[in-house]
Amino acid sequence: MRMQSLPILLLSLLALFSGPAMAEETFLNWLANPLRQKEVAPVVNPTWQEECGSCHFAYQPGLLPSQSWEKLLDAGALANHFGDNAELDADALKVIRAYALENAADKSYAKRARKIAKATENGEAPLRITEVRYIKRKHHEIPERMIKGNKDVKSLSYCDACHTQANKGVFDEDTVRVPNYPDWED
Amino acid sequence: MKNGMRKIIALLGVCGLLFSTIAAATPESDVLLQKFWAEGAGAANPEKGRTDWAREVMVKDEKLSCSTCHTTNLAQEGKHHTTGKTIGPMSMRTNPERYTSVKKMEKWFKRNCLDVLGRECSAQEKTDFLTFLLTQ
Repeated sequence: MRMQSLPILLLSLLALFSGPAMAEETFLNWLANPLRQKEVAPVVNPTWQEECGSCHFAYQPGLLPSQSWEKLLDAGALANHFGDNAELDADALKVIRAYALENAADKSYAKRARKIAKATENGEAPLRITEVRYIKRKHHEIPERMIKGNKDVKSLSYCDACHTQANKGVFDEDTVRVPNYPDWED
Repeated sequence: MKNGMRKIIALLGVCGLLFSTIAAATPESDVLLQKFWAEGAGAANPEKGRTDWAREVMVKDEKLSCSTCHTTNLAQEGKHHTTGKTIGPMSMRTNPERYTSVKKMEKWFKRNCLDVLGRECSAQEKTDFLTFLLTQ
């Protein structure tokens, strides 16, 4: 191979690999993540699983940026947690808050968490995962009747109603099964 | 001999009675009941607990009772009214983990009274609820 074609080859390689990455995250972010962990890191903290998971799906910390968790996981805020009292004792709150802040979307190297971090870096940090622009966009094309109008789903908040591996932090399209719509393909 | 038999039967009876009271309590539930008593609760009234369990109260534009989520068949699972999350049965018979942690019982009494009644429950109310639940 002649030397002058080398830069062209390198450039085309760069274009090839950076294209998909550029769509949701910066090239530098992509480059800085050699492990390319996919999805969202699963919950490995028993206190989190127990305390959050006793009332609802134990949403992974990587589903929201640290600014959101800071607002949510505050003693005062938990006294009215989306309408319910979810107060924690001081020890449990300390563990849970630390776990959230260490593994929040903006601290995670997992690919989907990075996309959430990117989508929430400007503006007011959302309190609901369903308000994250990236999450909204991903569910945009699903008709209302399959979520709200579906008695076994009811809301986008119930991740594990359709994402069969949500508890492992996997939200991949291939693992989606919408109840009462067995034939639906994205 | 006949007298001896009677004594044994009586002893068995006493043992049975003892066991039946143990069956409707856990060491942890006893600790909690002692606490309620120290806080001023009178004699337990499990029947009142049963009635209050299903009584609906209007809180935050929503009619709620304990049974909204836990149902009135306590041997069965319940369901959180907003999140749809499955709640383990309240009955010790079908859920042996129940009433084995004072901390947990106190946590849920506080949260659920605030959510369902809009206020914390009195020591008397908690005594009535707990003694009702323990018989289920």
